[in-house]
Amino acid sequence: MAAADIRVQAGPFDYGAVAADFARQSGGAGAVVTFLGLVRDDGGRLTAMEIEHYPGMTERAIAAIADEARTRWSLDRIAVIHRFGRLAPGEPIMMVATAARHREAAFAAAEFLMDYLKSRAPFWKKELHADGADWVAARDEDEAALDRW
Amino acid sequence: MIRVLYFAWVRERIGRPSETVETAAATVAGLIAELSAREDRYAAAFADLRALRVATDQQLSSFDAPLAGVREVAFFPPMTGG
Repeated sequence: MAAADIRVQAGPFDYGAVAADFARQSGGAGAVVTFLGLVRDDGGRLTAMEIEHYPGMTERAIAAIADEARTRWSLDRIAVIHRFGRLAPGEPIMMVATAARHREAAFAAAEFLMDYLKSRAPFWKKELHADGADWVAARDEDEAALDRW
Repeated sequence: MIRVLYFAWVRERIGRPSETVETAAATVAGLIAELSAREDRYAAAFADLRALRVATDQQLSSFDAPLAGVREVAFFPPMTGG
């Protein structure tokens, strides 16, 4: 299959357009799964989210995660988009798309990619509130989620 | 000469995103000891290694990893992507 389409970018992306393009280019696949992650508004408390990353390592880490997914499932295509910089509540942060012959592989690979992107891709989130800012702490559940794979 | 990078609160605590370090340390832990001896802000950033992760040449690594041949070391908290 073609190399995974990995994009790490500050600017927005059009989820619908990317998903439609991805599906169009996955003609023989039979199953496409897409996931879109948004900035939670935290009950209206959040003013913005700042995402820092490690240029160079980020792309390598995501490529390694995508490669691992392809060794585990028979996938036709993978796309990952992850943003960095300052984002407003409700804005898209990231998306994952997988295409496979059957839906089981497409769903499982998308979940695998999400679990690994959470704790193995070098991104760090900072929440900005009216009264200050906090780095988001990694959750034990996120680390534990890797064990199921 | 090794390029050392800091991210997230580690960067904020140390007060810079990166620097070039002349070091004779054999391992990441040795480099941490050298940096911590420099100034309080380094000692504060490295006080609890359980709260830190390290990458050598852009690969996740460990504190006992050797530095021979390594060009870039990065220190950061556990990642919060997705």
